[in-house]
Amino acid sequence: MRMKFFAALALTVAMGSALMVFATPPPAGSGSITGKVTYTGTPMKMKPIDMSKEPSCAKQHATPITTENVATGPGNTLQWVVVYISAGDEGTTTASQGVRYDQKGCQYLPHVLTMLAGQQLQIYNDDQTSHNIHPLAKVNQEWNKSQPPGSPPIDTKWDKPEFIAVKCNIHPWMHGYFAVLKTSHVSITGEDGTFDIKGLPPGKYTVTAWQEQYGTKTQDVTVGAGAATANFVFTATPY
Amino acid sequence: MTLKKFAVTFALGSMALLTAGATVSTAQSHVNSPDPLLGTPSVATETSNIDGITGHAESGKHLYRRFCIGCHGPDGNGQGMNAQWIDPKPRDFTEATFKCRSTPTGTLPTDEDLYNAITRGFVTTNMPSWRPLNPQQRADLVAFIKTWSPRWAKEKPGASLNIPPETAITIESILHGRELFQKLECWKCHGPEGHADGPSAATLTDSKGNPILPFNFSTGERFMCGDSNRDLYRIFMTGLDGSPMPSFADVIQPNDAWDLVHFLRTLQVALPNQELTLWQTYKAAHGKDLKPIGPDSAGGAQ
Repeated sequence: MRMKFFAALALTVAMGSALMVFATPPPAGSGSITGKVTYTGTPMKMKPIDMSKEPSCAKQHATPITTENVATGPGNTLQWVVVYISAGDEGTTTASQGVRYDQKGCQYLPHVLTMLAGQQLQIYNDDQTSHNIHPLAKVNQEWNKSQPPGSPPIDTKWDKPEFIAVKCNIHPWMHGYFAVLKTSHVSITGEDGTFDIKGLPPGKYTVTAWQEQYGTKTQDVTVGAGAATANFVFTATPY
Repeated sequence: MTLKKFAVTFALGSMALLTAGATVSTAQSHVNSPDPLLGTPSVATETSNIDGITGHAESGKHLYRRFCIGCHGPDGNGQGMNAQWIDPKPRDFTEATFKCRSTPTGTLPTDEDLYNAITRGFVTTNMPSWRPLNPQQRADLVAFIKTWSPRWAKEKPGASLNIPPETAITIESILHGRELFQKLECWKCHGPEGHADGPSAATLTDSKGNPILPFNFSTGERFMCGDSNRDLYRIFMTGLDGSPMPSFADVIQPNDAWDLVHFLRTLQVALPNQELTLWQTYKAAHGKDLKPIGPDSAGGAQ
């Protein structure tokens, strides 16, 4: 009986915290900016990653995963592009919840994680091998910590906006990004290259798209009551 | 004639004196102005405090210009004239990222850390020991180095790592340290025998993208950040910022850290030491029962 009660309580707490993590703040406006990010030219080929030196990770992938510097989809779309409001209404500037970054199968999940400056960030090692998390910050301060299997998550935050490359020196193929922004109006493109920045009050905005290999592109967009459109085209180079 | 000659000599002498006086006063009045040979530092001035000695950036500037500029450069960014011939590269002071620290990863080192680095120099690099400079001069250099990054004006150095007294050197300690070497995957870079030939060794780069080798324990080479057991403890606990060597401070308990120190000493086969002697005796009797370190060992990743 008592056990059941505690189990139920634990479940409630777990669900509650899950909701806290995944609930999105109510939109501040009804407008939005949607669009697609594509490329012209020939992008570099993404190579399959050989994880044979780390069998515990290799066996988690039925087919080898590839590098993700330029993740493309059908119709020349680009994935993992961070599209955000760089001028205009910046939305929330302080976050009530943290964000989570995982190391799983010797891969960073997600490949690019957006967060607000000052927002709590928790880094988990879900693998059976040690990782070292080495964010190569330039504007913020670089650090480098070991995280063996079973270690508690690393609790940290970044004070200044910056796109920070993250690597693991033990598993050199591991590569990801922290996109630390001063705006909560942000969207990351999916496999189909589309993004959707929601909750924008009507007004004029500068929208920036950032791709880790090709840098940034910006355009000005005026948002009314509904959805405004902005498409970005990057010029791809083979290396 | 003698009178005339005297007058001329006197006049010339006075002029020389006046000129000299003028030069001196000019130099003094420009003490705080930009140096024509140096770039503009990020912070106007800094002091350092090392064990009762206060260092001053203004004095350090002159020493820097004479002794450091060749490698670390007029802008403090490690791009002096000699830098292209040097590997590892001279430190870029504008980033304020330092390898040898007593402070947590991602924090500024203490004045003493920098002072010790200048005093000790870095073996196997082009950075010599600056013991020929007196303690005051070294303290002045520490103060000046801190003017190259704005971080020194905004942040405080991290708290120095507390190192508890060393535990006894026993075979149990060494064996436990060996398990940690396997479990924490030190061997992935440093190699199963500490030969710097682990599976990831060849892929390593520093934070500026320059290739870098892990430390090879077997050659008898000394550690860059100090050579005592306490130094070794500090090196892996705080990590070497700007390099692939991470900090283990959050994941190793103090007693375990000493065990790892004791094991690491056994890898230094070219340097006779107490741990090595103990280990060799043990290995002669029980070597065949030891599981080799590496990917197939039970203690590590499967």
